[in-house]
Amino acid sequence: MKFQNVESRLVPMPATNIDTDQIIPARFLKTISKEGLGANLFCDWRYDKQGNPKPDFILNQPRIQGAQVLLAGDNFGCGSSREHAPWALTQFGFRAVISTSFADIFRGNSLKNGLLPVIVPPDVHAELFGAVEQNPAAVVKIDLARQTLTTPAGREVPFPVDGFSKHCLLEGVDEMGYMLQHDARIAAFEAGRVGSINTLT
Amino acid sequence: MPRTIIEKLWDSHVVHEQPGAPALVYIDLHLIHEVTSAQAFQGLRERGLKVRRPDLTLATVDHSIPSTDRSLPIVDELGRKQLEQLDKNCQEFGIRLYGIHSDRQGIVHVIGPELGLTQPGMTVVCGDSHTATHGAFGALAFGIGTSQVEHVLATQCLLQMKSKTYQVQVNGALKKGVSAKDIILAVIAKIGIGGGTGSVFEYTGPAVRALSMEERMTVCNMSIEGGARAGLVAPDDTTFQYLQGRPHAPKGADWDAAVARWKQLPTDDGARYDHTVTIDADRLEPMITFGTNPGMGVSINAAVPAPSQIADPGARADLEKALRYMGIEGGKPLVGHKVDVVFIGSCTNSRISDLRTAASVLKGRKVSPNVRVLVVPGSQEVKRQAAAEGLPEVFRAAGADYREPGCSMCLAMNGDMVEPGQYSVSTSNRNFEGRQGPGARTFLASPLTAAASAITGVVTDVRTLL
Ligand code: SF4
Repeated sequence: MKFQNVESRLVPMPATNIDTDQIIPARFLKTISKEGLGANLFCDWRYDKQGNPKPDFILNQPRIQGAQVLLAGDNFGCGSSREHAPWALTQFGFRAVISTSFADIFRGNSLKNGLLPVIVPPDVHAELFGAVEQNPAAVVKIDLARQTLTTPAGREVPFPVDGFSKHCLLEGVDEMGYMLQHDARIAAFEAGRVGSINTLT
Repeated sequence: MPRTIIEKLWDSHVVHEQPGAPALVYIDLHLIHEVTSAQAFQGLRERGLKVRRPDLTLATVDHSIPSTDRSLPIVDELGRKQLEQLDKNCQEFGIRLYGIHSDRQGIVHVIGPELGLTQPGMTVVCGDSHTATHGAFGALAFGIGTSQVEHVLATQCLLQMKSKTYQVQVNGALKKGVSAKDIILAVIAKIGIGGGTGSVFEYTGPAVRALSMEERMTVCNMSIEGGARAGLVAPDDTTFQYLQGRPHAPKGADWDAAVARWKQLPTDDGARYDHTVTIDADRLEPMITFGTNPGMGVSINAAVPAPSQIADPGARADLEKALRYMGIEGGKPLVGHKVDVVFIGSCTNSRISDLRTAASVLKGRKVSPNVRVLVVPGSQEVKRQAAAEGLPEVFRAAGADYREPGCSMCLAMNGDMVEPGQYSVSTSNRNFEGRQGPGARTFLASPLTAAASAITGVVTDVRTLL
């Protein structure tokens, strides 16, 4: 699927270091498919012990329904390598996450699943939290081709994304195809290895 | 130009590099477990692909399996289906599986090293963020997501951007009662859980050289908790001695050739790192975490920070949130705080030396009647060795529950859970909200601290018992 530009309200979650155990707790990882995870996104923050939605948690508030951009505190996605985290986020409807920084594995996993991590400097980050606090309906625009985020105030801010991931997202191609093209190179590399690398036999 | 071991490992595994794209990096060993692989195999099936190198791929089960009697059927239906799926996938794609009844089963990061599969100079990956454990051997070991598991299965390669190099230098020597776990908890407390983002750590310095292989694994294991992609220790005689004679280690002339190759790996004199942080082992005390991420750690007798001392409003709010979840006040030490559960296990601290350490404290003592103590060996091999040394009897006599190998209460997927609101002193690596069960409150610490706290029923400085 090709990544289209996003124009959306923001879902603010200012906590820093939100880890993948919060995004999707381990007990939901017994699945053998990628589906059905969105309902348990942020499960322990979202539902009480009886399984009822907690009204004060942001994902349960009517005003964010349909929003596609998560505005999160610093170092989002730290912890476990579970790709179930971006699966759950995209199934809920998110297409981009904005933060000042992302944990490496989460960032890589997201890019492979059509979820765009948008890194912004602290002043822009603070501006966005301020904007959504003032006006919950404030809208940001994300243009991947131009690598720009437009704040509700109309300020256009560039964000980094590596050229390869950008190409894959915009063209809707996945990395496997690219890797398979290098089959002959991989075979040549294997043939040229010094010493035994095979420890299993 | 002089190179670090990190750069040497990288350079020797790059299959292809082109500007603007991540490098194609060859993987020497791919470890697989039940939780992060099913969707990858399904992806292969949908694309009509095979596993390129089943001979470099090994599977085991650890995350979701019960720690109770393995001769009984698994009652958790989803968990059972996941195991059956791994079985099917391994058969279909020709991958060796050390399954639930194998005498080589264990936590993936425990069995790789103990079988001699993990060797210096290798690249190792696993769909698990604690893969850095294997870095203790001077290997470059990354935790990867499920899409990447699929990539490696199909191509034996990983697409990776080159990492920055980050030296973690530990000077001096550890005092009695202070352990490898305290080193890594102190490092993370110092640099923060995002401190190593984009980097690979190399642990250096006399205090690291003095560590055993199992202790080095404990240190490398938690590199991800410092945000790093990987962490490693250059190989030396300690490494070679540990490896020699292991089932999959090279033998005879191959061994000599391998050691000669491995001796080329350590960082060259004059090589430069992108970052360096220094820790003084002489001044380290036993460490414990008080909050909801592994960077929230203090010396066991030091006061937990109080929100009122924190100037930055964001940081203050984070601390307040963590302390509220943990149900503790800032401004005083954790020593003496009530404990409900003690967990000794996980890929950080479930090896034979960890069990010996815990047993040395528990021997001839009784655990507090108010504390549930779970000791879970990391593998069948650890379990066999522990049995040969009479450790299960020590644990049971003390009143601890001694279980079957696996991840168990580290991530509470298998039903081994801390109850809501309870406090656990755990030798594992994560204290995130709910990690050990919904509402569970985790203090991360060393096996010594965990065993000492099991006896007294409160957070305890083990040195008062030694
Ligand atoms: S013991 Fe814990 S951290 Fe280690 S592999 Fe298992 S779940 Fe992950």
